[in-house]
Amino acid sequence: MKVLTALRNADAVRHVAREIAEVKLDRTVRLMEVCGGHTAAIYRFALRDLLPEWVELVSGPGCPVCVTANDFVDRSVALARQPNVTIATFGDLIRVPGSSRSLAEVRAEGGDVRVFYSSADALDWAIQHPERIVVFLGIGFETTACTLAATLKSAVQDNARNFRLLSSLKTMPPALSALFSAPDVKVDGLILPGHVTTVIGTACYEFIPSEFNIPCVVSGFEPLDLMETILKLCQQLAEARASVENQYRRVVHAEGNPQAQVLMDEMFEPADVPWRGFGVIPGSGLAIRREFADWDAERIPVEVEPTREHAGCRCGEVLRGALHPTECPLFGKSCTPDTPRGACMVSAEGACAAVYHFSPVEHG
Amino acid sequence: MADRVVTLNHGAGGETMRRFITKLFVEKFANPALNTLADAALIEIEKSRLAFTTDSYIVKPIEFPGGDIGKLAVCGTVNDLAVMGARPLHLSVGFIIEEGFDLSMLERIVHSMSEATRAANVEIVTGDTKVVPRGECDGLFINTSGVGACPLGKGLSSAPIGEGDAILVSGTIGEHGMAILTAREGLKFQTRIESDCAALGGLIESVLNECDGVKWMRDATRGGLAAVLSELVESQPFGALIEEQAVPVRDDVRTVCELLGFDPMHLANEGKVVMVVRGDQRQRALEVLHANDLGRQAVLIGRITGDGKGIVRVRTEVGGIRRLQRPAGELLPRIC
Repeated sequence: MKVLTALRNADAVRHVAREIAEVKLDRTVRLMEVCGGHTAAIYRFALRDLLPEWVELVSGPGCPVCVTANDFVDRSVALARQPNVTIATFGDLIRVPGSSRSLAEVRAEGGDVRVFYSSADALDWAIQHPERIVVFLGIGFETTACTLAATLKSAVQDNARNFRLLSSLKTMPPALSALFSAPDVKVDGLILPGHVTTVIGTACYEFIPSEFNIPCVVSGFEPLDLMETILKLCQQLAEARASVENQYRRVVHAEGNPQAQVLMDEMFEPADVPWRGFGVIPGSGLAIRREFADWDAERIPVEVEPTREHAGCRCGEVLRGALHPTECPLFGKSCTPDTPRGACMVSAEGACAAVYHFSPVEHG
Repeated sequence: MADRVVTLNHGAGGETMRRFITKLFVEKFANPALNTLADAALIEIEKSRLAFTTDSYIVKPIEFPGGDIGKLAVCGTVNDLAVMGARPLHLSVGFIIEEGFDLSMLERIVHSMSEATRAANVEIVTGDTKVVPRGECDGLFINTSGVGACPLGKGLSSAPIGEGDAILVSGTIGEHGMAILTAREGLKFQTRIESDCAALGGLIESVLNECDGVKWMRDATRGGLAAVLSELVESQPFGALIEEQAVPVRDDVRTVCELLGFDPMHLANEGKVVMVVRGDQRQRALEVLHANDLGRQAVLIGRITGDGKGIVRVRTEVGGIRRLQRPAGELLPRIC
């Protein structure tokens, strides 16, 4: 907690805020936080209040719940309705509305949907309940993917054949490439995800400054981390340069975590997967390798309803930073954290939920 | 979503539950005592004023660090009466027990209830027991109702709440919610977090007797401090501003919250009261609270404001201002 206290020191944070204000930029700069954890921290600590007006923060595609496409939710719902299947998941995914149902509603109707705090716990539960097929919902980026790879490997080693993984795991660099290729995305600087970079290292982001001329800084999640990151981005912009910097040196190393990378390669292979707001991005997913097909929940035959999006939901544009949550006509009216129409209003790391929960004004 | 069937969200203490109760039960049962949706109804019987409350207790695990379902059932009902300015007197208890329930555990729970009633100076004067077939309830459910005499001492002030009033909390928050969570999920940490489960009748009585200007109080149970403060300002011509740094949270609770992505202000408490006190009486109220073991760590956490009407705002540790809302439904851990 001592480290946290230091990183939340109000005087230190204000000092960096003054340094940001002193950077001479005579225009508005749009900085995108890619990671949902950053979005949550920025709102939770109300960091915008401390920044000069010319710094605009926009949220990007870094919330794993938000970027999970409806067809994955629909498949999970269909599986949850099977009498012998237990859906194991973590996080807010159970409240995301699919085409007609959320997992929370299926649970209320009798489906066996359980929240676990780790995939290893879910595997343990599966081993204790051999009569059930336990489908773990694999959503998330590299940070989650490496832990799921470890669990999947354990399941294979233990020959736990009633444990299956339904993978919608994603990798961040292809999404960033897709993001900057989109015509409606205007970003001056990028706050790169700390946890993901812990696993994959910093080198894989070099294409962003070189191809798109966008400054990048890998950031930690505390107020002082984020303010320092914003300062570094503003300094790069003021000096008209673009490179990848690492603010989160206490955790992130240039080479990432080689062991985790090997483990992911061992269990998964690249796949083309759909992202909410982006469509299918080639090579951006992690599918279970064919030799472990017996543990792949994709292979469980089940009838999935035709996927449809909710009328009026603008989550896709919010995830690309092309629309501020309050610009969505549903925001705060028919779409609230209790009656979410889209994933960005459900997740604790979603931009719409963050604005709804933390903005110090009335909505709707 | 969630309009076709009842989901766990409808009982989780957040916004969905509030709307569910208001739209379904209050509209059908409407009467002046119920409509206030206070923790206990204030009713008059033959010119005597009574406070009357009921609550059902369903908790997993049934025994947890710092308490069990029986102690919780007594303390919860006592606290609901006490925060209305009533002296808790008599309780009823209803047990719904699943076939196959361990009798020795039931004996421990009944013993624990008996101890809790003695500590709270109340009596269980009537009760009911039902045993249901295996699979038809989850072990043991307990309902307790209670009556209390009011007003107590000088009672709660009828003066309107307004700008400059102080908001106090009687101690560290979040321990009950975190104790249940860590026990239920088998999360292992170096320190064992215990529930704060306690009956607050004596503490509240001393504050009401010895301090003028106590205007409002609630025990911060499901939905935590956030839900209580939201209820305080909802539809009112005032707002609340909370100083995040002043909100007392034990280090171990804060650490687990950081790990799981929870806000301690959303976690349940079973032995903490939140009070609104006239500004010039806050020091006196704190002195009285500090004199009692259950209020030893009481602090001023914020104030009532004339702006931001109907909204609870928080000045964060680093000086920005954000809103504090009720948690939306179940508390779920974050993904990464």
